[in-house]
Amino acid sequence: MNSVLIRGGRVIDPANGLDGIYDVLSVGGIIRSIEHHISADGIEGLQILEASGLIVAPGFIDTHVSLREPGCEEDECAATGTAAALAGGFTTIAAMSDSDPVVDNRSSAEFIRLQAERAGNCRVFPLGAVTKGSHGQELAEIGQLVDGGAVGFSDAKRPVANSEVMRRALEYTKMFDRPILHFAMVPELADGGVMHEGFVSTRLGLRGIPAAAQDIMTDRDIALAQLTGGRLHLMCVTTRDAVDRIRIAQSRGIALTADVTPHHLLLTDDVMETFDTLYRCNPPLRSQSHIDSLIDGLKDGTIAAISADHQPLAIEKKAVELDVAPPGICGLETLLPICIQALIAPGHLTWSQLIARLTCGPAGILGLPHGTLSPGAAADIVLIDPSLNWTVRASEFRSRSRNTPFDGRMVTGRVVKTLVDGELRYSLAISDQKTSTKLDSHAN
Amino acid sequence: MQLSDILIEGPWGERHLLGLEKLSAGQIETVLNLAEHLDRVTEGGTRKLDVLRGLVVANLFFENSTRTKTSFSLAARRLGADTVDFTASSSSLSKGETFIDTALTIEAMGVHLVVCRHRTPGTPHLLARHLKSGVLNAGDGTHEHPTQGLLDILTIRRRFGHIHGLTVALVGDIRHSRVARSNIHGLLKLGARVIVCGPSTLVPQEISKLGVEVACNLDKILPEVDCVNLLRVQFERQRGAFFPSIAEYAHFFGMNGQRIRRAKDHLLVLAPGPINRGVELTPEVADGPHSAILNQVSNGLLVRMACLSLLAKEAGIQAPVAAAGGAV
Repeated sequence: MNSVLIRGGRVIDPANGLDGIYDVLSVGGIIRSIEHHISADGIEGLQILEASGLIVAPGFIDTHVSLREPGCEEDECAATGTAAALAGGFTTIAAMSDSDPVVDNRSSAEFIRLQAERAGNCRVFPLGAVTKGSHGQELAEIGQLVDGGAVGFSDAKRPVANSEVMRRALEYTKMFDRPILHFAMVPELADGGVMHEGFVSTRLGLRGIPAAAQDIMTDRDIALAQLTGGRLHLMCVTTRDAVDRIRIAQSRGIALTADVTPHHLLLTDDVMETFDTLYRCNPPLRSQSHIDSLIDGLKDGTIAAISADHQPLAIEKKAVELDVAPPGICGLETLLPICIQALIAPGHLTWSQLIARLTCGPAGILGLPHGTLSPGAAADIVLIDPSLNWTVRASEFRSRSRNTPFDGRMVTGRVVKTLVDGELRYSLAISDQKTSTKLDSHAN
Repeated sequence: MQLSDILIEGPWGERHLLGLEKLSAGQIETVLNLAEHLDRVTEGGTRKLDVLRGLVVANLFFENSTRTKTSFSLAARRLGADTVDFTASSSSLSKGETFIDTALTIEAMGVHLVVCRHRTPGTPHLLARHLKSGVLNAGDGTHEHPTQGLLDILTIRRRFGHIHGLTVALVGDIRHSRVARSNIHGLLKLGARVIVCGPSTLVPQEISKLGVEVACNLDKILPEVDCVNLLRVQFERQRGAFFPSIAEYAHFFGMNGQRIRRAKDHLLVLAPGPINRGVELTPEVADGPHSAILNQVSNGLLVRMACLSLLAKEAGIQAPVAAAGGAV
């Protein structure tokens, strides 16, 4: 029976309002106790992890991760995607339905679970497609997908444009108490756009995607959530008005949650001046005023989760012209330091608030019993060195893909250990654990 | 004759010419002055030089063009360079090759300067990042077309003797026009007042932040204007209809004899072409005394010779020391 004692770390467990120096004991993969001092005596085969100077938190949860298997194994597969998740501090991920073919039937969902089990990295829960083939026309076999393990439903980056179909989907999923994770975007306003529509797009002559494309669909989705009482989660919120509308809807008691990505919190549309395809993502990077609203939404809890929106893409897919390069950023392994840079360093969020958006926030959205260090919960734990300075190196990613705009960036804060079921599944190489503040000559 | 013999004093220092936005007024004037100098050296374009002997200029045109490509080829040959043409219908992806691989392949054939036209903004910038050659943007989608901007400005300067203090109106499809963006950057840097005028669907709201005035009524602004540049309606770049009909466009924005009579006597009419007679302007205007459309074409050749010379110099390319009989 595996037993672990994590000693002397700063334990932050937002689900229990805990933030202080504690010892954490896990026995048989289950959290047994959190005390100021736990004796190691009398527990057979106890592994001791010294965590002084580290943050000890529940393992992170991502509500939508694109694993690309089956169908796009050149980008990622379940084994590499979950290995990347562990390195990023994630112990649970929901696998997006956008494989090829899409996960719109029970056996596809079961295949995802099987591959995740074979990989033996982190927990993986499938998301099922809302509509058959994610074509937005007919409902997928939602009940069968639930039986196959689906914790939520999503057509990934293909919005369910038909309001009647979306209405039925929200009504039908209610029966299973599962959320719909929707990408709110009006397709005809976003069509052909490669960046945020504004002054920068005008200057660069690049086709823009106006903020209104997200605002309008957000409004529609809120109205349908109100009409049906279904559980709605809006992925990748990026606009000022969408945040405001979500806040108002929540205050009226509508079952509505939202998430945001790290890159939309740190980067503005100005970076498109480089015409670098690595910055192309969907939704596009917005301007500073939108970022300010997203941060406000994170502070007051309007936005309950941060998702890496992991979109691994083989590098040759990005070595083409900007308008044909597929959008997306390989994000699992850089989520924490980018969040620290965008939220903790400037003082926008406390550590406890940030960890809440990565643990109990997403757990609540997906209805999972994880994301907490409560005694009796699975011992999914992450150890973070909050002051480790390091340089992001895409070449060292565990993900099969390298499409990050953060390659070479100097960052602070890194995941050093990740435990799933009390078992140490990831440990940062000792040589990488030394704090180094000198500028790296490879940085570019 | 060596390259250094034809170059004149002035700031430059650019390895690539990607757009006018990042150039200084001084650098723009260097190109204009060199273009006029080359007009004299070549005795009005009749004398061929050999200062770029041994240099290979590749024309990479991923979008249809006859005028610009011919102009670039001729400019390169007038300076003694060799040219190779590479024409592809659209993206390299249609052949399953990445764009960067296509470009590296062409460079490996021994090319020194690459002239690139592409429908996607930023593609010359992508080339500049990956190639050792100098890159010259011959139009990237709806972003910039620097040599067109330079030749328009040269045409205006040769007519008025200066740019500072002039009022120039860019009329038509501003949204989809790379010519508009290059003109705006260049003209503003040299001290002109710039008005953009067109149907509100084709004039993006944010354009005023570049420092231009925005107008939708051509008749109202016309009396104040020294030069109008009539931008072609880019039907091929528009998605869906931006105005109800061509007739309605011509009614409000077409340059005709009646409008000419309402303008200043010295009004200069430019059109980057290819012109749609009867849409942007009537034949009466195109062939009339205000029109400088054909001057634009000859100035284009001079501007492109100037740009190729400046980039060749930055690339450190020297014509081999003249062997016996090397001079023309």
